[in-house]
Amino acid sequence: MAAATSAAGWHKGGSVHPILLLVVQRVALGLLLLLAVSAVIFLGVEALPGDTAQAILGQSATPQALENLRAQMGLDQPPLTRYFSWLGGLMTGDMGLSLTNGQDIAQGIGQRLGNTLFLAFWAAVISVPLAILLGLVAARYQGRWPDKLISGVTLSTISLPEFVVGYLVLYFLAVKWQIFPSVAMVFPGMGIFERLNAVILPVIVLVLVVLAHMMRMTRAAILNVMQSAYIETAELKGLGPMQVIWRHAFPNAIAPVVNVVMLNLAYLVVGVVVVEVVFVYPGMGQYLVDHVAKRDLPVVQAAGLIFAAVYIGLNILADVISILANPRLRHPK
Amino acid sequence: MTDQLDRFVAAAKMGRMTRRDFVGRTTAMGLSMGLASALYTKAAHAQAKKGGLIKVGMAGGESTNSLDPALAASEVPFVVNMTWGEMLVEVGPTGEIQMRIAEEVSSNAEATEWKFKIRSGVEFHDGKTVTADDVVATLKRHTDEKAQSGALGIVQGISEMSAEGDMVTLKLTAGNADLPFLMADYHLVIQPGGGVDNPAAGIGAGPYKVVVNEPGVRHGFEKFANYFDDSIGHADQTEIYVINDNTARVAALQSGQVHMMNRVDPKIAELLKNAPGVQVKHVAGRGHYVFIMHVDKPPFDNNDLRMALKLAINRQEMVDKILGGLGSIGNDFPINAAYPLFDDTIPQREYDAAAAAEAYKKSGHDGSPIILRTAPGAFPGAVEAAQLFQQTAAAAGIPLEIKREPDDGYWSNVWNVEPFCASYWGGRPVQDQMYSTAYLSTADWNDTKFKNAKFDELLLAARAELDQAKRKATYSEMAHIIRDEGGLILPMFNDFVDAVRDEVGGWEADPNGELMNGRGHVRCWLA
Repeated sequence: MAAATSAAGWHKGGSVHPILLLVVQRVALGLLLLLAVSAVIFLGVEALPGDTAQAILGQSATPQALENLRAQMGLDQPPLTRYFSWLGGLMTGDMGLSLTNGQDIAQGIGQRLGNTLFLAFWAAVISVPLAILLGLVAARYQGRWPDKLISGVTLSTISLPEFVVGYLVLYFLAVKWQIFPSVAMVFPGMGIFERLNAVILPVIVLVLVVLAHMMRMTRAAILNVMQSAYIETAELKGLGPMQVIWRHAFPNAIAPVVNVVMLNLAYLVVGVVVVEVVFVYPGMGQYLVDHVAKRDLPVVQAAGLIFAAVYIGLNILADVISILANPRLRHPK
Repeated sequence: MTDQLDRFVAAAKMGRMTRRDFVGRTTAMGLSMGLASALYTKAAHAQAKKGGLIKVGMAGGESTNSLDPALAASEVPFVVNMTWGEMLVEVGPTGEIQMRIAEEVSSNAEATEWKFKIRSGVEFHDGKTVTADDVVATLKRHTDEKAQSGALGIVQGISEMSAEGDMVTLKLTAGNADLPFLMADYHLVIQPGGGVDNPAAGIGAGPYKVVVNEPGVRHGFEKFANYFDDSIGHADQTEIYVINDNTARVAALQSGQVHMMNRVDPKIAELLKNAPGVQVKHVAGRGHYVFIMHVDKPPFDNNDLRMALKLAINRQEMVDKILGGLGSIGNDFPINAAYPLFDDTIPQREYDAAAAAEAYKKSGHDGSPIILRTAPGAFPGAVEAAQLFQQTAAAAGIPLEIKREPDDGYWSNVWNVEPFCASYWGGRPVQDQMYSTAYLSTADWNDTKFKNAKFDELLLAARAELDQAKRKATYSEMAHIIRDEGGLILPMFNDFVDAVRDEVGGWEADPNGELMNGRGHVRCWLA
């Protein structure tokens, strides 16, 4: 019986369920976008003066040596051929070798990306529920002291530049009181608790930096919904204010909140180079900056594409969640 | 005499005597310099505690670094090389040659043929014994252009290398009395088979074995049990953390996560001195900050104008304001007291607005602004230094116009290209090498385009001269030429400023490089 209804739900009148269609559309669009980004990255690197062979040989480049190296690296092929062979390599996980130290790029990036995701994960696990909870509380006590306190504190932490927050946390928690380690160095073979202890300070800083944005959006979205007639109905039914917010207002405010949450998650993955530097955390940001400084183009290309993929992926996820959260799309007529 | 010597040794053991004092006093008693220095090392390390893990926080490492010693170009690879690698010889804190893999060095009277006797029983980390063949293969690899070695300029002067038994013979194209100093270069780490098969294997004959190699993050080492010299390498393990951010590095030291650090920012050195648990250590090095003029391009082809600019800079003010007092004033030639055979009787050039104005007038310059290019990365404080220069020059009626360039591309687009810009030099172990690198007419890095036949002749004569008194006189003459005719304005020599925690024992000043010439963690111990 259950199977029959769900089947009926998915194939109403023989056509595809609109949600599935929308989701598939979004994912396809995302992939198309990623392809376009890869082309832009490739073109951007092409447009730079000099090429990889020149970057390797530097000042000692003679025309003969350049020609040899270009032939060896396949750089004498037309750009279109090279683009597709690069793309093909990426699909199969082969990103080539780093120019500066000859190490496998996929391996180097893999470890750094793992570290970045680890840090972002813990920052998100703490900040997202906390921000939403604070947003709900602020909306519940709108205009009163809890609202003002929450808004005041989170807005001041977001207004300070990240490195200032970082240095403040470093000074008090690591140098003055010596509670947590100042160097957030993690490496393979570290136990999970050791790892967590090492990243406490950067996690605190990242939470402080992303909290306000998500909190404010939750508060605004809920207050917006609170004007609706059905909230009044819920209140007249005799529900408590927190229950009204949680059961009736929040589900209808999810879409904008999810969008902001995803934007902040993307930031946690691709934009934390300053925090990495302050706490000496071996993540993607520092890795990318080092290789840009040395003109290590294959690494820069690969890292650029990964950042783009994270950004696009999280945005697709936000879209899909918003669609699923919309009852009109979930239950089409 | 032995009583007195015993007293000195006792004082050295208690840490009450510096190496310089000890060597000075004992050589006065008739000891040879090498013996005196070795005696000091033994005495000072008598109380060394063995064991533990020494951690170093360092600026100057990137995720692009390699373990290939030929490619080392920044601070972290340098110290990493000094940890796992061993050279033929090293330059000691008082500027004398100390034997490492070589046991004896000798040359013929013209200094054109050098013999290095290889110490017997020295082992590589892979268990093989270090042979004369390994040494020759190593040096040969650095002569190969493909190796892209930072020591190419050093080994190029060797025309023939051969190994026989435990003896390495090097024949030079021209005599060079400083060859042992050149062999102490940190690129010339002796590798098994010369490291030809796998240059970045990290296998050497140094005091520690490579355990972890994560470029730009950390480097971990453990003690090599069969290291030939038990007077150094006290800790069981050592780790180098790459911490490029100044504030983060100081915080790591203050919170005890590292025991020593390099590159204390002069701006905060004074504050850090008062912080509990840490000590700031600075030593006058050979590095210097400069403004360079191309002597072959107008208006700098006029020596009166060059002299006017040299007289129009206030050196003491720069040391005080740009280096925070952690440095010493320069005298427009690239040599200071940290070099052997330095002549300290050469008169110091002072800021003299009146004399500068007079020289400027004599030069007949048309009064158009002289463009000085600078960038924050030219040296720390380069933009501020240019502004100070602009003010003192203006007081002498010389119009300087500062053009601020971006850091990116400064060393390829501005330095050695534009006729007047800010720059820095790291210094070299001996005068000959400094002059040959940047002041010889044919030098690749002749960044002042200085071409002087007399100077070149003196340089080559001094190079092959084994009589130290004659050499010193020749170097003094060369210093005068650069100082009075060259395109170099040298306001200051910067100190190496490191910091250590109180529990670090055995630190001594070493002008050869930062962190005790890259071996602070090897020569110190944890009390």
